[in-house]
Amino acid sequence: MLKVKGLNVFYGAIHALHDISIEVNEGEIVTLIGANGAGKTSTLRAISGLVAPKSGEITYNGTSLSGVPAYNLVNMGIAHVPEGRRIFANLTVMENLELGAFNRKDKDGIKRDFDMVFDKFPRLKERTWQQAGTLSGGEQQMLATARALMSRPKMILMDEPSMGLAPLLVREIFTIIQEINKTGTTVLLVEQNAHMALSIAHNAYVLETGKIVLSGSADDLLHDEAVRNAYLGEC
Amino acid sequence: MSLIQQLINGLAQGSVYALIAVGYTMVYGIIRLINFAHADIYMMGAFIGYFAVTVFHVPFLPALLLAMIGCAILGMTIEKIAYKPLRKSPRIVLLITAMAMSLILEHGMATVVVGPNPRPFPELFKINIIHLGPVQINNVQIINLSVAIILVLILQYIVYKTKTGKAMRATSYDMEAAQLMGININNIVSITFAIGSSLAGAAGVLVGMMYPRIDPYMGMMPGLKAFIAAVLGGIGVLPGAMFGGILIGLCETFTKAYLSTKLSDAIVFSLLIIILIFKPAGLLGKPTREKV
Repeated sequence: MLKVKGLNVFYGAIHALHDISIEVNEGEIVTLIGANGAGKTSTLRAISGLVAPKSGEITYNGTSLSGVPAYNLVNMGIAHVPEGRRIFANLTVMENLELGAFNRKDKDGIKRDFDMVFDKFPRLKERTWQQAGTLSGGEQQMLATARALMSRPKMILMDEPSMGLAPLLVREIFTIIQEINKTGTTVLLVEQNAHMALSIAHNAYVLETGKIVLSGSADDLLHDEAVRNAYLGEC
Repeated sequence: MSLIQQLINGLAQGSVYALIAVGYTMVYGIIRLINFAHADIYMMGAFIGYFAVTVFHVPFLPALLLAMIGCAILGMTIEKIAYKPLRKSPRIVLLITAMAMSLILEHGMATVVVGPNPRPFPELFKINIIHLGPVQINNVQIINLSVAIILVLILQYIVYKTKTGKAMRATSYDMEAAQLMGININNIVSITFAIGSSLAGAAGVLVGMMYPRIDPYMGMMPGLKAFIAAVLGGIGVLPGAMFGGILIGLCETFTKAYLSTKLSDAIVFSLLIIILIFKPAGLLGKPTREKV
């Protein structure tokens, strides 16, 4: 579904991503794990068109994404839940969700999707008229996820959904990611919480200073000694 | 001179500042630019109104609309050719470009198009003074106030009730996240410039009717005061700009009436300094954290 081949990204003189190649098949959860600054977020931002890669190829269902402006991606079926949630704090919860469906014209479908996200996130339903900035961290993550779902994506890119959340909430968010995936949405998940990410993903890539150092099925990586030592806190 | 009389004069003056200040604050809200050329768009509005009336002999409303449309197009064009290519540049580059645009408009008008001499703005309404007890108000003041109020209401409706307005508010809060929602931010920036500039254009015509002498440099002082109004209210905050505009108008009128005509500008500027010492983000602005 999504293929990234030989991706190189520079920030000025800094070579942030070295020849990154990943592949995401339809229906999968694929995770990119790695430490801070490994290039996980940069990879997602390059896919979304928020940073321009120096070289490399990104194709989505066979069409190249190079030169496609970021605001067209959601029309192609790719939704991006950015790092730090990036909800519109000055708008109400309802307005945030409406913006998620900004380019959709099918009124009935939008209505059904409102019901769907309120069903998934009942807490948001209680707070539709509240300013999004007044929500707690967990609720904001839910809003960011719900907002992305409102575009009815075929593929969802999630950047560190567990950031800054209590363990119980992290579990809740990951359960929701699994649910989203079961309803047919492909997920590309970037995480620092390697254990949680590997336990729900099908395939995984390990990034270190802008390079892919390991890849394989999530199950294999979960039991790989090098990964256990470096990312799962076991020595 | 009664207090109520000054209040009315101040409101008439303040509503014009408010109309201009809104443009400063909207553009700042979206692309974090103090658009110095905005004051000259206001001047261009006065001249478009002037030519609409003197050359095409149209009445007030079409003249006002022509000025607004002309300024909207001018504002969008300036954004496209001068600011858009610099969107990723350091902000100081954008600021200097805006100053250059301002100079180009002023001196272009003064040397090439209309010449530096003031021109009399045609009388669109016969000035009629209405006496209400000790207070007198003329019909032009009433028209100006009503037009300003109507325009501000339309603006509020667009920004807070329409889909475009929602996209504008989202873009102003977080441009990148707005793109991820599928919002074409280039269009939103254009629309913002169009709306802000059209309000400045309207202000140009209204001022032309109140003080019927227009020249290519007429934008400087009102532009500066409207900018102060926007900062005073909290730059980037829409109600702040309106409130700031009215406040500056009242202040100016009251100091002129009761303290000193010569010092009124100095007093208005001092007010800005004092308020910013105590409320650095402006009266209605929220203190912001610098994004990293």
